[in-house]
Amino acid sequence: MKNFEYAQPTTESEAVALLTEPNKEAVVLAGGTDLVGLMKRMVVTADRVVNICEIKSLQQIERDDSGSVWIGAAVCLDEFLDDRNTDQFPSAKQVIQGISSIQLQSQGTLMGELLRRPNCWYFREGHGLLADNGRMVNEGDNRYHAVLGNRGSARFVNASRLAPALITLGARVRVVGPAPDEEQILDLANLYQTPAADSELENVLQPGQLATHVIIPAHGNRLSAAYEVRQGEGPDQPLAAAAVSMDVVSGIVQSASVVLGQVAPTPWITNGAARSLCGKAVTEESAAMAGVAAVVDAMPLSQNEYKIQLTQVAVKRAVLKAAGHDTGGLDGPLPDEPSAAPSVESHIA
Amino acid sequence: MAEVTYSWPENHKARLIGKRVSRLDGMEKSTGAAKYTYDVNLPKQLVVRALGCPHAHCRVISVDTSAAERVPGVVLVHLIKAPKPGDDPVEIRADGTLLVAVAGETEAIAAEGVSKLKVKYELLESFVADHDLQAAEAKKRTKKAGGGIELDEALGEPGDDDDEEEWEEQKVQELFAQSKYVVEGNYGIDTITHCCLEPHGSTLHWEGDRLKVNLSTQNVSRTDDGYADALKISADEVDVHCEYIGGGFGSKFKPDYWGIAAAEIAKKAGRPVKFLLTRDQELKIGGNRPSGFIDVKLGADENGVVQVWDSHHWGTSGFNGSTVSVGNFPYVFRPKNWRRRATGIITDNEPSVAWRAPNHPQACAITQTAYDDLAAKMHADSLDIFLRNLENIDSPEKSLVYAEQLRIGADLIDWRKHWHLHGKGKRRGSVVEGLGIGIHKWGGTANSSNCLLKIHPDGGVESYCGTQDLGTGTRTICAMVLAETLGLPIEAVKVNIGSSTYPFSGASGGSTTVGAVSESHRRAAQEVLAQLFELVAKKLEVPADKLEASNGSISAVDYSGKAMSWKQACSLIGIQPLEVTSIYKRGDDSPLSSSNVAGCQMARVAVDTDTGVVKIIKMVAVQDMGLVMNRKTAESQVYGAMIMSIAAALFEQRINDPKTGAFINSELDSYRLPRLGDTGELVVHFHEPESERARGVIGLGEPPAISGGAAIANAVCNATGVRVPTLPLTPKRVLDALRTAKG
Repeated sequence: MKNFEYAQPTTESEAVALLTEPNKEAVVLAGGTDLVGLMKRMVVTADRVVNICEIKSLQQIERDDSGSVWIGAAVCLDEFLDDRNTDQFPSAKQVIQGISSIQLQSQGTLMGELLRRPNCWYFREGHGLLADNGRMVNEGDNRYHAVLGNRGSARFVNASRLAPALITLGARVRVVGPAPDEEQILDLANLYQTPAADSELENVLQPGQLATHVIIPAHGNRLSAAYEVRQGEGPDQPLAAAAVSMDVVSGIVQSASVVLGQVAPTPWITNGAARSLCGKAVTEESAAMAGVAAVVDAMPLSQNEYKIQLTQVAVKRAVLKAAGHDTGGLDGPLPDEPSAAPSVESHIA
Repeated sequence: MAEVTYSWPENHKARLIGKRVSRLDGMEKSTGAAKYTYDVNLPKQLVVRALGCPHAHCRVISVDTSAAERVPGVVLVHLIKAPKPGDDPVEIRADGTLLVAVAGETEAIAAEGVSKLKVKYELLESFVADHDLQAAEAKKRTKKAGGGIELDEALGEPGDDDDEEEWEEQKVQELFAQSKYVVEGNYGIDTITHCCLEPHGSTLHWEGDRLKVNLSTQNVSRTDDGYADALKISADEVDVHCEYIGGGFGSKFKPDYWGIAAAEIAKKAGRPVKFLLTRDQELKIGGNRPSGFIDVKLGADENGVVQVWDSHHWGTSGFNGSTVSVGNFPYVFRPKNWRRRATGIITDNEPSVAWRAPNHPQACAITQTAYDDLAAKMHADSLDIFLRNLENIDSPEKSLVYAEQLRIGADLIDWRKHWHLHGKGKRRGSVVEGLGIGIHKWGGTANSSNCLLKIHPDGGVESYCGTQDLGTGTRTICAMVLAETLGLPIEAVKVNIGSSTYPFSGASGGSTTVGAVSESHRRAAQEVLAQLFELVAKKLEVPADKLEASNGSISAVDYSGKAMSWKQACSLIGIQPLEVTSIYKRGDDSPLSSSNVAGCQMARVAVDTDTGVVKIIKMVAVQDMGLVMNRKTAESQVYGAMIMSIAAALFEQRINDPKTGAFINSELDSYRLPRLGDTGELVVHFHEPESERARGVIGLGEPPAISGGAAIANAVCNATGVRVPTLPLTPKRVLDALRTAKG
């Protein structure tokens, strides 16, 4: 780890000032569950670390007059889980429960999770996000890499597990800086980008900018759920994931939003999957068809074709889960145990 | 004084032995009060960090240390595996090899110093495709790694004019032609690392010419000679200390080259030094076990008894180019006719070291899968096929033990209820379930061990032994044996272990430690008690052979009222403590310990055929181990071993970049391991009829870590009807195998 200055501002404006000093590369520290490891590996070598956890305005979960819920950047994942204001966002809570590490839940923050750096091993070994313009990934071990959005140089997958769920919920992000009074509110989906050059990040934040809040609009009666294909019960990155939010009237899907995780350099919005659901009842078949539609554009690398199937399964199960159906898989009773819900047949080829 | 006859107390008389005793140091460990090597900090110490080579295969041409030396707080830079100016380049054969160490006032300073090192490399072609025999042959990366053939005497001998190999080949082919069932398969298991939670390393200092080392080691008594050889001093000038160790699994027997570097840096700097590997260095160079991949053909008779085995396996142990030892193929089973051949593959990886039950888990996983495939081919019950093949095993005297253990295991996992033919079980949606078996063996001979036992005139009891507690409860076993023998509560004895200044005790490797310390501590305690009985007998005017020690007193059997407290008895010693040093040498015939165990494990798994995810529902371990000393820690050993088996079967693998050879998942965020939620229900059953108990103590560390992988692999095959050939059985591999089977 490189020596660094440590700052602990108590207001947003102090934080922005500390992040914008010329010739000082500064990074934001929240929970530190990702940053500290990257600093120890010298992948991040900042001159200054700015801890935002003492800024009061970033520690709250509040509901505004419109019913939107504002979650401060320093709010921990378990605080989000425990807060009544967030009960209307089951998909987000499901994802946090799936992170299944008490340490990550109690120390990691919501914004930190959204901005977690990619898990790509070439990036974490210090080869940069693009790893020799994609060549290292193409010629190397790409079992966990992108199957969508991988036609440029970027092959990593976005690391956030919460982003797909929050995007389907219509979340936005408040960003301040780099100018002292500068403030903007972005759609969460627009926080992310696929870098085309080594100088670009996987998010659009500029030096000196601080993402302060996630804003999730009131969700009404929309149904939502997330499904992650996880190899085990630990906090390891899932192999594929999907989140869905649906407006269902009289059993028919009126509108839907489907976002994939762990399959592309950004959270991957799949309009095809959403369209395939609209006007239909949620059934085994319609859920499976949404899964097929989600991966129409997928292009596997040399070792990750299996992720296309996993993505289909994740979409199908997220849709079924949102509608309150049995998702199948290993969460339910075993084949020779009594079943609480009707059996789910496999539709995956 | 009458000669002491060493023995264990009868089962019904034992107060502590065989009972469930909590670790004496459990509270210290769980509260953080226990000081591991990593926790030891010495006044004015320097902290060392080292540069690991970023390339799997290269030459280090030169190193420029000047910028590192200019970092404020860097005290010195030390070349480890790098050329001095003017020297020839140094060839490096493994990612992570330590090249240059930087000693600084803090860890951060040392790390910053490392980041300023400028190294000139000449890159060389690397090769890491240990699974790819053809590619290895094309690259001339193979080495013969042994083999042999044994044919039933009834087949006769080659004639004088016969070419021996041609004759053998003809006989082997005839045997296959005569076989009712022939199975051909290929199986594999990847390299995994030891992944010690406490990385390798030491904190050490010099007192004049004397080196004092706090070392994370499995070998307290005999690491000194490793330092002595390398540093050109004598072993009596080295003291090694290790109170607690955070995992070794066979990888911590030596000072290692970074340990020697630490001593050299401390000497040069004239200050204490702390040098422990970082996490990625621990995974890269701290230890790994060899991979194995095999082509098998076996032939069986109409009963499913294998009559002929023919195999060729390959794999890597790193740049020294060996693989899993061929001597155990097929594992436990030994058909009357076998031919086996092994090829080592030279890869650009750190050489392997002993890993819990060296070679056995891999041999089990890649050969007993073939026996399970025989059951599948015959549409037979795997349990029946394993039972029938017990007529041909390498330790025929164990066949009844295995049979009984398999019967017990089957009951515990409810085999008859859950069994179905391979791939023919019920399905719920995409989920299927299945059962599998593996069986194993191990030696477990007690290691050499000496113990100094002191009884003080005030009744105090203390022992000294240069053994070590790997976390398995050795310290507690020592105390139990002394307390049991002397009739005292366990808190009344003070056990001192973990220092090379104490009497010698062997390294903790090969499941040898509980046997070792049980031998030395029981002997010392029986001998000291015999001396005390002489004094007490004289005082009480009773025969010494009528005395017994229990409940804190010494009393005469059949002599009512003839008794005195332990303290009173000890006051008879005089003014100097009573001291006894017991000596047990490995291999000595002893009524206290023996060797050779059998064991079986069974797994019940569920497989999601849509995702390829495997979930352990239940695992059962049936294990003999002679006399169970501490039932609680023994069970813990087996639980831990089963979890390690689950890890290797489903999660763990070293992943090398195929082009650069880099070990790319060398951090715990990418080196996947199971969590408690992944282990399912674990059931441990000790097979301990009186005949087993009478054998005395036998080591338990390795055996339960062997057959779980085969059991899980076989259960997945039973569930899906498809063999997933290579462990770990990741979702990708399961899905790939299912897709291939579908065609």
